[in-house]
Amino acid sequence: MDPENLRYTKEHEWVRVEGDVGIIGITSHAQSELGDIVYVDLPKPGTVIQQGKTIGSVESVKAVSDIYTPVSGEVVEVNGLLTESPETLNKDPYGTGWLVKIKLSDPGEPAKLLTAAEYQAFVGTETS
Amino acid sequence: MISKVRPHPTQNESLLFETSSPGKAGYQLPKLDVPPVDARDALGAQNVRQEIPDFPEVSEVDVIRHFTRLSTWNYAIDLGLYPLGSCTMKYNPRVNEAVARTEGLMWIHPYQPDALSQGAFAILAELERALAEITGMDAVTLQPAAGAHGELTGILLVRAALEAQGNARKKVIVPDSAHGTNPASVRMAGYEVVNVASNDRGMLDVEALVRTVDEDIAAIMITNPNTLGVFEEHIAEVARILHSKGALVYMDGANMNALAGISRPGDYGVDLMHLNLHKTFSTPHGGGGPGSGPVAVKKPLEPFLPLPRLQHAPSGWSWNYDRPQSIGRVRAFYGNFGVLVRALAYIMAHGGDGLNRATLDALLNANYLRKLLESHYEIAYHAPSMHECVFRHASNGAIAKRLIDYGFHPYTVSFPLIVHGAMMIEPTETESKQELDLFADALVSIAQEVKENPELVSTAPHSTRTTKVDEVAAARKPILKWTR
Amino acid sequence: MLDTIGASTLEDLYSHLPEDVCFHGALNIPAGKSEYEIVDYFRARGLENANSHANFLGAGVYHHYRPVLVDAVVSRGEFLTSYTPYQAEISQGTLTAIFEFQTMICQLTGMDVANASMYDGSTAVPEAAMMAMRITGRDGIAVARTVHPEYREVLGTYTRHQSTLVTEFEYDPESGQVDLESLEQALNETTAAVIIQSPNFFGVVENAKQVAEIAHAKGALLVFVFTEAVSLGLLEPPRDADIVAGELQSFAIAPSYGGPFAGIIACKEKYVRQLPGRLVGETKDANGNRAFCLTLATREQHIRREKATSNICTNQALIALMATVFMALYGKQGLRELAEQNLAKAHYLGERLWRRFNGPYFNEFVAATGVQSPDEINRRLLGFQIVGGLPLDRFYPELRNSVLLCCTEMASRADMDAVAEAFGA
Repeated sequence: MDPENLRYTKEHEWVRVEGDVGIIGITSHAQSELGDIVYVDLPKPGTVIQQGKTIGSVESVKAVSDIYTPVSGEVVEVNGLLTESPETLNKDPYGTGWLVKIKLSDPGEPAKLLTAAEYQAFVGTETS
Repeated sequence: MISKVRPHPTQNESLLFETSSPGKAGYQLPKLDVPPVDARDALGAQNVRQEIPDFPEVSEVDVIRHFTRLSTWNYAIDLGLYPLGSCTMKYNPRVNEAVARTEGLMWIHPYQPDALSQGAFAILAELERALAEITGMDAVTLQPAAGAHGELTGILLVRAALEAQGNARKKVIVPDSAHGTNPASVRMAGYEVVNVASNDRGMLDVEALVRTVDEDIAAIMITNPNTLGVFEEHIAEVARILHSKGALVYMDGANMNALAGISRPGDYGVDLMHLNLHKTFSTPHGGGGPGSGPVAVKKPLEPFLPLPRLQHAPSGWSWNYDRPQSIGRVRAFYGNFGVLVRALAYIMAHGGDGLNRATLDALLNANYLRKLLESHYEIAYHAPSMHECVFRHASNGAIAKRLIDYGFHPYTVSFPLIVHGAMMIEPTETESKQELDLFADALVSIAQEVKENPELVSTAPHSTRTTKVDEVAAARKPILKWTR
Repeated sequence: MLDTIGASTLEDLYSHLPEDVCFHGALNIPAGKSEYEIVDYFRARGLENANSHANFLGAGVYHHYRPVLVDAVVSRGEFLTSYTPYQAEISQGTLTAIFEFQTMICQLTGMDVANASMYDGSTAVPEAAMMAMRITGRDGIAVARTVHPEYREVLGTYTRHQSTLVTEFEYDPESGQVDLESLEQALNETTAAVIIQSPNFFGVVENAKQVAEIAHAKGALLVFVFTEAVSLGLLEPPRDADIVAGELQSFAIAPSYGGPFAGIIACKEKYVRQLPGRLVGETKDANGNRAFCLTLATREQHIRREKATSNICTNQALIALMATVFMALYGKQGLRELAEQNLAKAHYLGERLWRRFNGPYFNEFVAATGVQSPDEINRRLLGFQIVGGLPLDRFYPELRNSVLLCCTEMASRADMDAVAEAFGA
């Protein structure tokens, strides 16, 4: 189940706001569509990015999926655990499988994203 | 401990590095007939290497056994039907191998004087002529080393031709059913890729195309028959649409095995195309290459073909480098000559009639299989099939592995991308009815197994020396060479 | 079969094609021939070419002896008639051999990773250059004029539409090596890679270490090119390079008028995700046994399409297998002895002629022809069934009356004496 306290995008990312930082990840639906994740390509800390732009990619054996950031700002931390253990993304996409932390340049952005219910409805229409 | 407990096809085999033992060697060199030279004196001590660490030291017998044992772990056309869609795995006649090893063809140097290479020129000229005839085109370059290399060459030709008219334009249209090399080649030639969707019959959507074509479009890359094995019925109209906007039509000829002798792209508006000699013209795939990807063009594109070109004068054949409009060299020397020799041998063995007959047999075999399988698997598109057919099944990957237990190579899995669960089957003309029946029986039986014993299918293959390979572990922690 | 399909003739199978795409004529290709006629045709063409001549041409294609075992292995149908090893469970033969190939290329070049092959050396070079541009985010390439001229032409064709600026730098007229001053001038902060070849086109061994230092100081990568793989049996491997792009024709691959050959790209581990072409990796099967499979495929066109590292699909697998068998046969000791024989032969002839350059050379060198023209000398040699060297003014207008000669282990002392005599030495 997609947690209620997160916001979502149609590209299957989520964001959780903690203070002025947004923690970004991909949804459980996304990791399950990709299958066993073998590699995660993430931006360097310090990178400044705009909402909706590619910040990296997630790879399974036979697919690559770009990650689009749901919020604008500066990358302040990337999840180093994913370099050693990309499977973390499959096991815990909403927890230890987070991708990057972004210092929000526009704190109003997250509220405009999809709620958990809206995202679930969207996934429903996409797969049917 | 006893380490050899099984016969060879199932026995584990050490790598060369593990068999290695100091002082062993499998080579012989003649006694040096000139004074030896001290390498450190001649080259400078800093330029001379120490021994190559861990490089193999094995005997001739070790080598032949090692590679013979390895070979027994491969499936091959020589062992049975190899129905990989869009790969055209037909029988590779051995006479082609024999003639490619003719001494006067195998040992000629690309820089020896033209006068000493007239036989090679004659072969190249004859092959160019035959391929132009088969495609209905006016000129052919034999230089590209493979299909994708031909695509790059072709798109560079498009660019050069449009540039000569003053505007190279920006984009190339690639249908969503295309092979991945198409968009990659387009990018390498400096164009943007514009995808167009297929319609519900598995063909290019002409209305969508009309909306897409504008003055920025340089060309369309269209595979015909497409990767669904469906002939693009509107191809002549597609060509008219593109031409009316000043754009060109590039045809990916990977599936020419469906057309040779019955349809010539040059006759209905295709401006240029490549052929895969390792598909249609039977040169062996060799576990992934070598290939050859000649590009055939209509007259207006001829001045732009890569350097050098064949030319003929009363004094004989020679290479022409004086072609100011050429896109330049796409590789060193003149192409994969040894592959070209094999392709010409194939064409000579068939003759015009034989090529036509081979095409009809390829259509016959594909449609026969389609009929046998249609009531057991869902066909992806109902449009008539040419040389291959595409089914869909949610367990397409597992069924493919299970086919191995029945003694066949799997079909192409999960391609084209527009068919979810694609099973793409191309039997080629060289398969007998008996082999096709065995294959169909296997697939029908597996369809039953999927329902009754899904575990059996999902854990396949069960009969191979190597069971299911963990590709995920390989990608997570890549081990790309042997280390001590 | 037609009955099953519900067709009455073979022609019915394509009756759905529109009339305007059907070809109703007969292809103008002579009727099919028998096996004997085909063999006879190609034998006749072979006889029209130079036959059983001694050959002193090198320049990227070398006459080395091909051990008989090589064809015995590659003629096995299991290798010859199999496809790219996507189905790992029934392709372990090919996969294991490629894994050994990758390992041996790393051992030879001193690199960490090598791919499963490229079309040839000439196309490996632009692929390596584009790889360097992706890694550095820069778009300039500096290439030595001593890199094979045709390789440089291919580099030009590939990069022309990538907004790449290719700059060539000079060679030192005395040594025949890279002119370091010219190299420094060619470099700036947009240079992604410096490309050198060693032994270079003149057969001269370059100082790769020095070039690497200069390149790295500017933040550029060093791409090291080789055309004569046998030299790696004796020469220090290019450890200072970041990417190595080479041609393996010397490893039991017949000259065959220029192809099919096998190229490679090898690199430092950290660049592996930018490497084009196929890679084989080690893993395990369901029973825990060692197994191999194609890996890191997300770099490739069939998955990443227009964002792939290259469009390459078909490579030169069977040709790379020839090189693998060759390396196994010669091994540690044989490759060195083979290289030493080449060195000795080339120096036997080279030291008797007037060499243009004084840099160290392996099995090729540039000889000045003095008052005679290269053509005169070569014509005379042909009378002795000898194909002479390559006149260099074709590629280097400033090198008139200069010939590039190559002496491999197949050059006999008598033939070399004849060449020396023809030069008037």
